[in-house]
Amino acid sequence: MNHYPEIWGRPRDDIYGPYNSSYLQTTGPKTYTQSPAVTGTSVIAVKFNGGVAIVADNLASYGSLARFTDVKRLRVFSDSAVIGFSGDVSDMQYIHRLLGSIDIRENYSTHGNMLNAKNLHTYLSKVLYKRRSEFNPLWNHLLVAGFDEDKNPFLSSADLLGTTYSAPHLATGFGAHLAIPILRRLFPEEKPLEEITKEHAEAALRECLKVLWYRDARSLDKYSMAVITAEGIELKEDQVIGAQSWAFAESIKGYGAQIN
Amino acid sequence: MFRNNYDNDAVTFSPQGRIFQVEYAQEAVKQGSVVVGLVNKTHAVLVGLKRNAEELSSYQKKIIEIDSHMGIAIAGLASDARVLSNYMKQQSLGSRMTYGRPIPVDRIVTQIADRAQTNTQHYGKRPYGVGLLVAGVDEAGPHLFEFQPSGMIHEMLACAIGARSQMARTYLERNLEKITNSTRDELISHGLRALKETLSQDKELTVDNTSVGVVGLADGGKGKIESFKHYEGQDLVPLLEAVESGEAKEEETMEVDS
Amino acid sequence: MMSFMGNQPHNEAVGYSFSQPTYVPNKEHSFYPYTDNGGSTLGITGADFAILAGDTRSVAGYNINSRYAPKVFKIGGDDDTGEGAHILLSVVGFAADGQALKERLDAVVKMYKYQHGKSMSVRACAQRLSTILYQKRFFPYYVHAILAGLDEEGKGALYSYDPVGSYEREQCRAAGSAASLIMPFLDNQVNFKNQYIPGSGDGHALEPKKPEPLPRETVEQLVRDAFTSAVERHIEVGDGLQMIVITQNGIEEIYTPLKKD
Repeated sequence: MNHYPEIWGRPRDDIYGPYNSSYLQTTGPKTYTQSPAVTGTSVIAVKFNGGVAIVADNLASYGSLARFTDVKRLRVFSDSAVIGFSGDVSDMQYIHRLLGSIDIRENYSTHGNMLNAKNLHTYLSKVLYKRRSEFNPLWNHLLVAGFDEDKNPFLSSADLLGTTYSAPHLATGFGAHLAIPILRRLFPEEKPLEEITKEHAEAALRECLKVLWYRDARSLDKYSMAVITAEGIELKEDQVIGAQSWAFAESIKGYGAQIN
Repeated sequence: MFRNNYDNDAVTFSPQGRIFQVEYAQEAVKQGSVVVGLVNKTHAVLVGLKRNAEELSSYQKKIIEIDSHMGIAIAGLASDARVLSNYMKQQSLGSRMTYGRPIPVDRIVTQIADRAQTNTQHYGKRPYGVGLLVAGVDEAGPHLFEFQPSGMIHEMLACAIGARSQMARTYLERNLEKITNSTRDELISHGLRALKETLSQDKELTVDNTSVGVVGLADGGKGKIESFKHYEGQDLVPLLEAVESGEAKEEETMEVDS
Repeated sequence: MMSFMGNQPHNEAVGYSFSQPTYVPNKEHSFYPYTDNGGSTLGITGADFAILAGDTRSVAGYNINSRYAPKVFKIGGDDDTGEGAHILLSVVGFAADGQALKERLDAVVKMYKYQHGKSMSVRACAQRLSTILYQKRFFPYYVHAILAGLDEEGKGALYSYDPVGSYEREQCRAAGSAASLIMPFLDNQVNFKNQYIPGSGDGHALEPKKPEPLPRETVEQLVRDAFTSAVERHIEVGDGLQMIVITQNGIEEIYTPLKKD
């Protein structure tokens, strides 16, 4: 110990070089998240006759590194809604804690938790919009699936800017480019919701996920799927994309190492 | 002369375990003109007797709409009621903003109760000098709550607060079964009749001194509601006539019986 | 980061490294809080009505977010269906700001009714909307708003705004991504710009045709024509046309499909 108490417990300059005290700087601008760190890729969801189905793979990437391969990106809220998160995983975990405390608070009232998926979506979009307005965004794009107050299937999206929109099928991230065209072809607008069965919806989502697994470099073949119906929420978190065939890769030309 | 040493503030108990300031606040409620509230399986109704301070003045406000699914009736200090109703309006607007849903009735009643309670536990504060009847509908159906300055709240089937409200309560107790199984219009009539019981001999209900608020579930079902409707002035004529014709009928049947 | 550390003056004395004043360069904010959700809106007034219309497409870049995301709202209604409303608002630009603006104005109109026991006039609401927008002068609501209703005399009233609250009462206004396509058409068809009375003179002596309020059927058709044309020439416009008409008898909403390509 020397007589400079302010350096006790810090690396010694004569051994480690001068300490980079920029971390301790109190002047200068206060900074918030300017970019996400550990991220999840697409979430995809479809409405069907009597409910909503939603999927997301189990990968959390650190840049291009497949960092965590067992991350649950579909979160259930009090038997009434499922939220699918893409974007920053730590922000997802923060929002999940937020939802946990809301659930507890709501359950104190006489009639229990009466928030439906639509109420929850409104709330989350307000949280996201508030944070973007403070220039401290929660770096997520999320889909909320469940039922509205009239017990009709509900599916809506909210992103880090607080933008919201709703459609019979939705996808975030790469899925907006790859999955949406597939879903629009399978379930065209003229086709009434009553003609889409739960099995149709599940099969379509699996198909989309497979295409994403083939084409999205930040995706994984392990995934979670949740189906919300009047009976309740069925969540499977250990699914694997089956019947893979990489034969198509042989014929791909362009962008990359080519021999001829 | 007897002097009470325990009523200088609202935070000190008397040796008998009473808080006099809170009890005095409850006296203020008893001096307000009477309001009656009652529910059946589909609707909640508020009726109130409006007083005018003097012949030349306008009549006071007894029923205030808070939101399309909820309203309150007040007895006691009207200005204290305004503070509470502004707060309730803010809270219900806030619930619609953040969750996109009408605030559940028990939730907002608990909130005002908590506010009233803090006034009885912090030095330098004064309890609200007003009692409220809160009528509203939510996902769990129609509700009626009674609120007192002490911060006490109760969910009620029927209730009356204010001057001479005992007469109304007696009517409500005697007719509770009929009230519970009544239709929307019968419920209003029962409310008006209960109110009538409280009147002194020379008074009667008129379009000027009566106020009615109705909220309930809509006929269509599926959680749709009939928005809070406030009847004042000429709108009351059919409601008051319904009470009179109902009474006439009752008298007829009684005569037949004898 | 390396150059950052390298810039540090090297000091051998133990302990002083801690108190070294270090230069922190101003970081650039890489988060941009706005996006453009595309679409177009349009409002036209008549003698006893006002129409506000907007397409229902919502976009993000070249992606279509949704084919039904309304841009025209009823303000001051009793519940979420908007029943009992007497003012219309359309917002186009950044949808999240548009939504927030709509909800703020709606709350203001509701509080006005609660506090004063009567509905807010369109003129008062128009002024209030301007101050709401200007309050965020240095972090604006990135939207072009149009407000419509009936004035104190029962005539159609239309107010258009820029994102920071500058506003003006007009006969007609187009806003949003296809505004530059629709507005000239409106100038010609509603305000009769470049139209002259035939045979009234030669050259500069030609008498301009005087604009007059148009009947409702004509206006509805103008709106439809404006949007079907805009759809052809602007990729962000399409999917559906939402028209809301306000008259003495209340509010009527008309939806017509547009091309989805």
